[in-house]
Amino acid sequence: MSTDEHAPRAVHAGAAPARRRVVAQTRFEARAILRNGEQLLVTVVVPVLALVGLVKVEAFDVDTAGLSRIDFFTPGVLALAVMTTSFTSQAIASAFDRRNGVLRLHSTTPLGRRGLLTGKVLGVLVVEVVQIVVIGVAAFALGWRPDARGVLLSVVAVVLGTAAFTSLALLVAGTLRAEAVLAVANLALLLLAVAGGVLVPADRLPGPMQHIALLLPSGALGEAMRAAFQTGTLPPWSVVVLVAWTAALGWGAARLFRWH
Amino acid sequence: MPTPAVEIAGLVKRYDGRAVVDGLDLVAHQGRVTAVLGPNGAGKTTTIECCEGLRRPDDGVVRVLGLDPLADAHELRPQVGVMLQDGGLPTGVRAAEMLEHVARMYADPRPVDELSERLGLGAFARTTVRRLSGGQRQRLALAAAVVGRPRVAFLDEPSAGMDPQSRHAVWDLVRELRDEGVAVVLTTHLMDEAEDLADHVVVVDHGVVIAEGSVRDLVASADDRTLRLDATPGLDLATLAVALRTSGSAPEVNEIAPGSYTVVGGVDARTVAALTAWLAERDVLATRLTVGRRTLEDVFLDLTGRTLR
Repeated sequence: MSTDEHAPRAVHAGAAPARRRVVAQTRFEARAILRNGEQLLVTVVVPVLALVGLVKVEAFDVDTAGLSRIDFFTPGVLALAVMTTSFTSQAIASAFDRRNGVLRLHSTTPLGRRGLLTGKVLGVLVVEVVQIVVIGVAAFALGWRPDARGVLLSVVAVVLGTAAFTSLALLVAGTLRAEAVLAVANLALLLLAVAGGVLVPADRLPGPMQHIALLLPSGALGEAMRAAFQTGTLPPWSVVVLVAWTAALGWGAARLFRWH
Repeated sequence: MPTPAVEIAGLVKRYDGRAVVDGLDLVAHQGRVTAVLGPNGAGKTTTIECCEGLRRPDDGVVRVLGLDPLADAHELRPQVGVMLQDGGLPTGVRAAEMLEHVARMYADPRPVDELSERLGLGAFARTTVRRLSGGQRQRLALAAAVVGRPRVAFLDEPSAGMDPQSRHAVWDLVRELRDEGVAVVLTTHLMDEAEDLADHVVVVDHGVVIAEGSVRDLVASADDRTLRLDATPGLDLATLAVALRTSGSAPEVNEIAPGSYTVVGGVDARTVAALTAWLAERDVLATRLTVGRRTLEDVFLDLTGRTLR
C-alpha cells in the first residue's frame, strides 16, 4: 500500500497484448453466435435442412448436368451457410450491439475499434468452420464426394465471400436502425439464396437474372464454390466480383458507419 | 502542481449546427471525485464522451492524463475506465462472462471474484445480461469500468435506477477508488450523490459551467440560512422585504414558484417574527415555514431555474 493515498500509480500495467485481446474477442463473438438459439437455427439448422430438402425432394426437378444431386447442391448450400454467418447473423448482431452501446463501450477499452472489428471477422470465420464441418459431414453421409483439389480453392472462395458479406453486414448495421436491419438482413438472405445464384446456379435462373446473378456477391460466391468442388477450379470472374464488392462495401462501411 | 487528470478548455460540440456544449472548461484531479451536475440536456454526457474519445470536439482542447483522447487513444484506453449511461453491455452473455471478458483486455486486472463480491454480482453471475434488472446492469457496468485498474474513471450517471443498497455499494467503491488515487469524474442529477461523494462539483447548464467548487463552497457562496415559506401566491414582495428589514440586515425575498417563497440574507429570529406578523396583518396563513441551511439542491435550482424542460 502506498503511504501517500493520493499518489497515482507510477506505471500503469496497461493493456493485455494485442493478440490476447483479439483472441478473447474472437472467442467471445463466436460463442455469442453459437450459443444463441435463433442464430444457431439460421446458421446451421437451416442450411442442413435446405441440403436434405434439395437432395431428397425429387419433385424439385433440375438438370444436374450429369452430377449426383448431392454433388450438385452441396457447394451452394455451403455458400448459403457462409452468407448466413457473415451477412445476416453479423448484421443483426452488430446492429443491436450498436443500438445497445456495446460497440461504443468496447471501443473505450484497450480492444479499440480495430480490435473489435478484427475479433468480429475472426469470430465469423470460426463459426463458418463449424458450419462447414457440420454441413460437410451431413453431405458426406448423403453421398457427397467433392473434388479433392477444390478443398483449398474453396477456402479462398469462403474467405473472399466472407470479406464481401461482412462488409455489407457492417454497412447495413452501421447505417440503419436495428429493427430495420433485422428485416433487411433476413429478406436479402432469402432473395439472394433463391434468385441470387447461391443454391441454384446462375445459368439455371430465368431471364436476365442469369447475368445479374453473376454480378452479385452471392452469385460469385455460389459459382466459386461450385467450380471448386465440382471441377477443382476457381473462376477468375468470381474472384474479381468478390474483390470489387469487398472494396466498394468496405469503403462505404468505413465512411458511413455510425457508432452512435 | 501535477498535471490534471482531465483538462478541458473551451470545448464546443454541435449536433446539427446546435451547440450542445458551448465553451466548457473543466479540470479534474487524481484522487478526487468530480461531479458534473446539470439538468437533462445540459451537455454532461456529450462532455464526458469527448473525454472518452467517443466524440470529436468541434472546438476546444480535451486532455486526459495529458493525452488527446482521439490521437492518443491507444496509449490512453488502458488507463481509462468508462461506464456509459446506456450500459453498453452485450445482452446475450452471462454477467460473469462479460466481466471476465473485459478483464482479459488488461495486463493486470482487478481480481474478478473480489470485484464481484464488492458489488454483489455473485447473485446474478450466471444470469444473462438481458435478464438483469436496471440496477444489476448498472453494477455490472461499473465493475467493467474499473476492472482494468483505471487511473481515470468516467461514470455517466452511475447510480441511476439503483435501489438504496446498490447505491451505497457503488458509492463505497467510488470512495475507495478515490482513496487509491483514481480521478473519478461522474455525471449525475442526484443531489445527494453529488453532496455525499464529490470533492468538487461542476454545475453545467446549456453547455457551459455556471458554478463550481466544493459542495461547501457552493452552498455557502450565498447566505447560510434560507427561510422557505409556502402561502398564497402573489404576495407583495416589495412591502414584505421592507417589513423584514432590520438594522443589521436586508433580506431578499423571492417567489420561486407560485405560492412558494424564499428569504435569504441575514435570516434570524427577528426575520421570522416580522414575517409571521406581516402575514397575520394580511390574514395570510403560512402552510409551511422552515428555516435551514441551503442544500445543494437549492443552489442547483437557483442556478438552473425551476421550470421543467
